[in-house]
Amino acid sequence: MDSNAVLQKIKDRNQSFGEWAFKLIVPIVFIGLCGIGYHFSELPFIFVLNEVIIRLARNSFLVISLIIPVIAGMGLNFGIVLGAMAGQIALIFIANYSLEGLGGLLIAVLVSTPVAIVFGYLVGLVLNKAKGKEMITSMILGFFANGLYQLVFLLFAGTIIPFKKEGLLLSTGVGLRNSVDLAGVRYALDDIYKYRPDAFPMLTIPVVTLLVVALLCVTLTFFTKTKLGQEMRAVGQNMHIAQVAGINVDRTRIMAVIISTVLAAWGQIIFLQNIGTLNTYGSHEQVGLFAVASLLIGGASVSKATYKQALLGTFLFHMLFIISPMAGQNIMNDSQIGEFFRVFVAYGVIGLALLLHAWQSKGKKQSLKSS
Amino acid sequence: MTTEYLLQIDNVSKEYSGNRVLKGVTINIKPGEVHGLVGENGAGKSTLMNILFGMSVIHDTGGYEGNIIIDGNIVNPKTPKESMELGIGMVHQEFMLIPGFSVTENIKLNREVTKDNLFSRILGPKMKTLDFKKMGKDGREALDKLGMSIDEWMPVAGLPVGYMQFVEIAREIDKENLKLLVFDEPTAVLAESEADRFLKIVRKLADLGIAILFISHRLDEIIEITDNITVLRDGEVVSNLATKDADVHKIAELMVGRKLEQTIIKKTRDEREKEDYILELEDLYVDMPGEKVKALNLKVHRGEILGIGGLGGQGKIGVANGIMGLYPTTGKILKNGIPLPLNQPKKALDSGLAFVTEDRRGVGLLLDDSIEHNIAISALQIKNKFLKKLANINMMNEKEIRQHALEMIKELDIRCTGPKQLTRRLSGGNQQKVCIARALTLDPDIVLVSEPTRGIDVGAKKIVLDLLVKLNKELGMTVIITSSELAELRSVSDRIAIVFEGKLEGVLAPDASDVDFGLMMAGEYGKEEVS
Repeated sequence: MDSNAVLQKIKDRNQSFGEWAFKLIVPIVFIGLCGIGYHFSELPFIFVLNEVIIRLARNSFLVISLIIPVIAGMGLNFGIVLGAMAGQIALIFIANYSLEGLGGLLIAVLVSTPVAIVFGYLVGLVLNKAKGKEMITSMILGFFANGLYQLVFLLFAGTIIPFKKEGLLLSTGVGLRNSVDLAGVRYALDDIYKYRPDAFPMLTIPVVTLLVVALLCVTLTFFTKTKLGQEMRAVGQNMHIAQVAGINVDRTRIMAVIISTVLAAWGQIIFLQNIGTLNTYGSHEQVGLFAVASLLIGGASVSKATYKQALLGTFLFHMLFIISPMAGQNIMNDSQIGEFFRVFVAYGVIGLALLLHAWQSKGKKQSLKSS
Repeated sequence: MTTEYLLQIDNVSKEYSGNRVLKGVTINIKPGEVHGLVGENGAGKSTLMNILFGMSVIHDTGGYEGNIIIDGNIVNPKTPKESMELGIGMVHQEFMLIPGFSVTENIKLNREVTKDNLFSRILGPKMKTLDFKKMGKDGREALDKLGMSIDEWMPVAGLPVGYMQFVEIAREIDKENLKLLVFDEPTAVLAESEADRFLKIVRKLADLGIAILFISHRLDEIIEITDNITVLRDGEVVSNLATKDADVHKIAELMVGRKLEQTIIKKTRDEREKEDYILELEDLYVDMPGEKVKALNLKVHRGEILGIGGLGGQGKIGVANGIMGLYPTTGKILKNGIPLPLNQPKKALDSGLAFVTEDRRGVGLLLDDSIEHNIAISALQIKNKFLKKLANINMMNEKEIRQHALEMIKELDIRCTGPKQLTRRLSGGNQQKVCIARALTLDPDIVLVSEPTRGIDVGAKKIVLDLLVKLNKELGMTVIITSSELAELRSVSDRIAIVFEGKLEGVLAPDASDVDFGLMMAGEYGKEEVS
């Protein structure tokens, strides 16, 4: 046999197995799951579509906020929980001053930005001390920040921090209530223009919110072509080489985290204006986890993520959200089973994606070594 | 005096936590001069370069004394960026290229051509868009200057090693203000033909008026290319001489500070039993990127030293890696007539093979672990050596490991502060000795050694080679040495196999003529496989 052919065969066997399949396996499995779930849920198509679009508009921003740290080689930034907190602080602020409507929402965005920049800077400082272990560090940072957040809003609210508006504080006068009503800004963004196609009366599309997401995607694409974007890509691939080339690695990484945190703050505001109530002590808790799961389901990895993957992943993840209770009900006669399954899937996919990444990077290391 | 020299390193001293690694080093370089810097590993060359390049490792450890003077001005760069702005460029020993970027992106790394856009006007220059068209043009220009024909948008990952070196140079000459270019062991990874081409380019650059500081272990190269030579030993300048007054022996002597014996050891070739093969390779294919082996047949006599030579990229490195199962392999490997399972490093080790890798720092050593653990780890895993039972649980026998390590350190003359020292802190030659010590701890009957002297200075080179010969003579170990340096192979081997395009081109005796070796390496020997 021709010697090159034999070599090619060895190579193909490795590559087709190693790279190609792994890359797409996650989205393919989830498309399959969604298909099966949709079939068994027996929900009308338009209903599912409508729900998915609403959730896509609501969650995409948060998911996309994860992309830049991935580009900068910092893995999945579970620290967006802090960004979400910044967003919530801003929302509590506007609720306290009874600011309403789109104006109120914009003020919330303005207030959240400096807070998120400070948070992002602090997270960035810590992550620079923990190079190579960014993901677990940012996750633990999230838990830690949650403790501080509770301290501030349970103990300082009403004592150190004065609150103006009645009904925000607990009856004792100390600590914030469990839920904050955001009626003033509810749908402030979604309701600017909602498209209701005549053919499908059940369908409403929050055009402006989706436009905001689209704008973010465009900005992100633009960003990767800028000087800073190129620096982040360089830092993401090899910190040492970037350093020698004169790039300020630590600063670049901090920038990446700040951008991510600010985007997460805005994302959380968009998310909550759609929900309409703020669960003071709970809304931010799952943000990191769900955003990460969404991104991974879209086929992203710890070292590579695009906004397309983010959108696809958000779509699939929330599709599963919508159909799994009904599917569970119809198959097992118990909607809880579907719910359990969904939770299992959310955590499972994170584990799986991390495992696949470890696998892939092992292969990559081997091929790089010889080059 | 102020304008005559481009670069003056004036009385520079540096201390790492009480350990003085540079003592009053003074070097002067004129524009257009090629200045050689030689010295054993640990002589302080790298530290000097780090100072010149403003690396943070210098300033994090308390800075240095003395001055760096460029064009008569004291500059003392504190960051790589500062020294780049001063016109100092560096081609590194390990490639400083980002694998996922294209050639152009690497050439333009952190010096990208940018253009303004709406956001950059508001948010500052960091938000400027990259002008890929212009970058490509500049990249092309730099590559053309070097006579490189590769596509400027090729990704760097997967380029042959020689090309990467040229991409590094292209990056440096693309800098408009380049005044001084530092080459750190530039030819260590190049095959001989590539090295020749490379040296021509260095000369050409010097003729353009760029001062060049050339660090190399290959002394013939230094003699060939430089105008002046500075010899460092133990952090001190021992000599500063014009190349025309120097020869290889003189420099080697200055570097090592002791008389070097002729490295060629005349071998008495006893007639062995011809049919006693310890290792037979049949139709071996190894998919090692850049070093592919295609249908190689080779038989190794028991108790011989077999050299494997050939040009870079022809597959010689792949042979040993394939035998050890480190890269996907097909074909047949017989050890003592028994087939060896492929692609299973543990089986290979079990069957009495030991491997000293060419990639010392990458896969050869646990860099952040001590010398003693590095020496013991393979034997611990494979041979269950150094274990003691404690309540039926296997525990490391630290005492035995320590004792063994001390023996090895003494035997192989590993220069270190003690068995507890981290291997990262050792110089290249001593790291190599630790690798060999570990291989020996396995009590193998075949030792495969890849590029044993790459990036090691002359003194250590000799010790390593002598050691391999000693193992062969005294312990009867079969040694298979893969090396890019033919002279080295010829000095120690009983037979030398030349690999060309992944196949065995032929086997020669070490005293065969240069012409035969040359023809074989170029794949034009004509004869069919001899084995």
